[in-house]
Amino acid sequence: MRGRAAGARHRDRGLRVRPGRAPWILLLPAFAGAAFLVLPLAGLLVRAPWPDMARRVTEPEVLSALWLSLWTATAATVLSLLLGVPLAWLLARTEFPGRRIVRALVTVPLVVPPVVGGVALLFVLGRNGLLGQYLHAWFGIGIPFTPAAVVLAQTFVAMPFLVVGVEGALRAADRRYEEAAATLGAGRATVFARVTLPAVLPGVGAGAVLCWARALGEFGATVTFAGNFPGTTRTMPLAVYTAMQSDPEAALVLSLLLLGVSLAVLAALREKWAFVR
Amino acid sequence: MTGEAVLDARLCVRRGDFELDADLRVGSGQVLALLGPNGAGKSTALRALAGLEPLSGGHVRVDGRDETTTPVERRPIGVVFQDYLLFPHMSALDNVAFGPRCRGLSKAEARARAAELLDGMGLAEHARARPRQLSGGQAQRVALARALAARPRLLLLDEPMAALDAGTRVDVRAGLRRRLEEFDGATVLVTHDPLDAMVLADRIAVVEGGRIVQQGTPAKVARRPRTPYAARLVGLNLFRGTAEGTEVRLADGGRVRVHEAHRGTVLVAFPPRAVALHRERPQGSPRNVWRLRVDSVERFGDQVRVHLSGQPPLAADISPAALAELGLSPGEAVWASVKAAEADCYPA
Amino acid sequence: MRERSAVRAHALVAAAALLLSATSCGAEDGRRLTVFAAASLTDVFTELAGKFEEQNPGTEVVLNFAGSSELAAQINTGAPADVFAAADTATMAQVVAGEGLDTDWAAEHGENGVVFAANTLRIAVPPDNPAEVGELADLADEDTLVALCAEEVPCGAATAAATRAAGLDIVPDTYEEDVRAVLTKVELGEVDAGLVYATDVVAAGERAIGIEFAQAAEAVNDYPVAVVSTADEPALAAAWVDLVRSGSGAEVLAAAGFEVP
Repeated sequence: MRGRAAGARHRDRGLRVRPGRAPWILLLPAFAGAAFLVLPLAGLLVRAPWPDMARRVTEPEVLSALWLSLWTATAATVLSLLLGVPLAWLLARTEFPGRRIVRALVTVPLVVPPVVGGVALLFVLGRNGLLGQYLHAWFGIGIPFTPAAVVLAQTFVAMPFLVVGVEGALRAADRRYEEAAATLGAGRATVFARVTLPAVLPGVGAGAVLCWARALGEFGATVTFAGNFPGTTRTMPLAVYTAMQSDPEAALVLSLLLLGVSLAVLAALREKWAFVR
Repeated sequence: MTGEAVLDARLCVRRGDFELDADLRVGSGQVLALLGPNGAGKSTALRALAGLEPLSGGHVRVDGRDETTTPVERRPIGVVFQDYLLFPHMSALDNVAFGPRCRGLSKAEARARAAELLDGMGLAEHARARPRQLSGGQAQRVALARALAARPRLLLLDEPMAALDAGTRVDVRAGLRRRLEEFDGATVLVTHDPLDAMVLADRIAVVEGGRIVQQGTPAKVARRPRTPYAARLVGLNLFRGTAEGTEVRLADGGRVRVHEAHRGTVLVAFPPRAVALHRERPQGSPRNVWRLRVDSVERFGDQVRVHLSGQPPLAADISPAALAELGLSPGEAVWASVKAAEADCYPA
Repeated sequence: MRERSAVRAHALVAAAALLLSATSCGAEDGRRLTVFAAASLTDVFTELAGKFEEQNPGTEVVLNFAGSSELAAQINTGAPADVFAAADTATMAQVVAGEGLDTDWAAEHGENGVVFAANTLRIAVPPDNPAEVGELADLADEDTLVALCAEEVPCGAATAAATRAAGLDIVPDTYEEDVRAVLTKVELGEVDAGLVYATDVVAAGERAIGIEFAQAAEAVNDYPVAVVSTADEPALAAAWVDLVRSGSGAEVLAAAGFEVP
């Protein structure tokens, strides 16, 4: 997108009135901001033990943590979509008493430290939790220390990103199309599935990507609620933190691997979207 | 109106200070145009008929069945929206098949019906096109086909020509008229363009301030408008006054002599081209003569329209040659005359 | 986890405050003793600081608690500490090798500081002990939910030493990042047992029960203390070390669950 715009400007040079120079009062902080975000990353790259890299990223523990991270983050995103899109619809398209309160509560996980979120999940779904005790007593199901707990912790922390994004998209969408669909005989469910959802699909996609990225980087709620055991609950961020305790270089390798994989996935998705759009 | 009305509605909608109160009756195969300025309530009326705007009173009956409280999706209606609102992610065919699908037809049946309709609109080769690939006229036809696909009894059109550029309007309007003639249900059309109303409608209801201020055939509304807005739309000078014989005392001052005798409150209308302008006071046959002041002069087709203030305020159409001869410029005084035979007088 | 990051943030603020106060006001109306101590000493040292200020009127004790290795790193990068108390001898060795100890004090008391307390492992179980855990071997039971410290952190190293000594292969359900996180899981009843320090069991009060086990002797954590070479107040610092090693110091330490030599 940006590349195309730049190319167009290049071709038109000479025909177009050039905009004034970007003012330094914007440029300076802009560069500072970019540097602030990019430099730590550069630090990681500089300090990484490159000759050792290939061997270290293919160690079984690393690969199992990576695989766990990828599939749990994806599962958390799917779960967030299944629950979050209808929730966003409810918040954007209906009026019910307490809607504002529900809306505020939904965004709480954005504000609360994830560790607290993890503790809260323990209080509800833990073995002695409000619901967890019945799951344990009646079905013998224990959620903590399982990959399911990882998915739940990630969903708790990441779903608000999706809900907020999709709700915004729904509010911005032209509701007249929904009216048009209704005049054609479509009930609300049909309107949602065939008109509303396609219209906000880019917003849903963007929300899902944000949700996935947040789930992938989730640490606090996961380590608190799901624990930390290789292969079942030690996702990449937990592996990074654990490695940090004894071998900072290993933590660096893990971080770069996580970064590389997530960037690759996001870039692939972007390509696909650019095509669809 | 002949036979049983397909649409019989009384629409009361209150929203803040605005209040719509309108009676509408449209027979089978008839087209009623709601003509009015922006904010008059004509779109509100249309939305109320569709069920998109809640009524605060009144009723909506279609084919004698009460649909007042029927949800939008179950009303026997089809709507062509102002910007057509074709679903951008569907092909033209799927847009048209949407309604039949929703009304329970199988996918194949719905598509077959949609294809047939598009074919009838001359759009067979555009069936696979996305809405953004269609021209304005094509989009309008797809929107019409979509609205008709579920076989509605009441067709509602909201400013169907507004999204088109001037160049294509004439053809599209003629095409739309042909297709509306084929529709045997009732059609209500909302427009602010008198030409659309004249060409497309069997009857015109002039809507102002939430009320229907005049209703009649296009010819009647054009010849004998009842409000300044309607008169301006059809290009007539219009005055309200009290008649005593052939003389009408105008409500805002001034007098007009007319051909036929009347008594009581009347409207007097005459076209701008019936007004003649003179430097010297004209003499002769029975006519109205006023001393007025030139407000402005503008080009109007191959004529020049001169706006005059005074009692009464008038618009006069004269030829550019006459303008040159008279040497008129704004602020100058001039004599205006209208033959009594040209001034149409009718009860208010 | 939560405790740990809270402590860390607190330590940062404290360090920043120290730097500011060191440059701005000096010791006009009183003397200031700065003690860097392992987070597990928080309660003990806070109590002792009160005693110390009573015994040395006009003296203010500034305490900076954090993970031992973090404190060692701070000292080695120039943080203004008078006394360093670590949770293990290895961390003290880092400071000895880095910034170094006060030479006079070290010559008299020891080149690697002096050990003033020791912490041993306990099996912590919830008050109702749902899995009926009685000894270390019970933790190897498949059906018992167990939380252990990750091997990368100090309590995890001690855990590994103890289980090795017992000849057990305990596979926990989770490796926690610090001993407090293990204790939290026990307190919430999310696990049936965890290995924590005796001091943690004391701190947990009624929310957890500590069970002694023989192999804990193989994994005793010694707590060394020393006067640092950068000390502005070497005499006060030495006095602090003396207090910690005194009878009243031992009393407070023992009450908190430490073993005193």
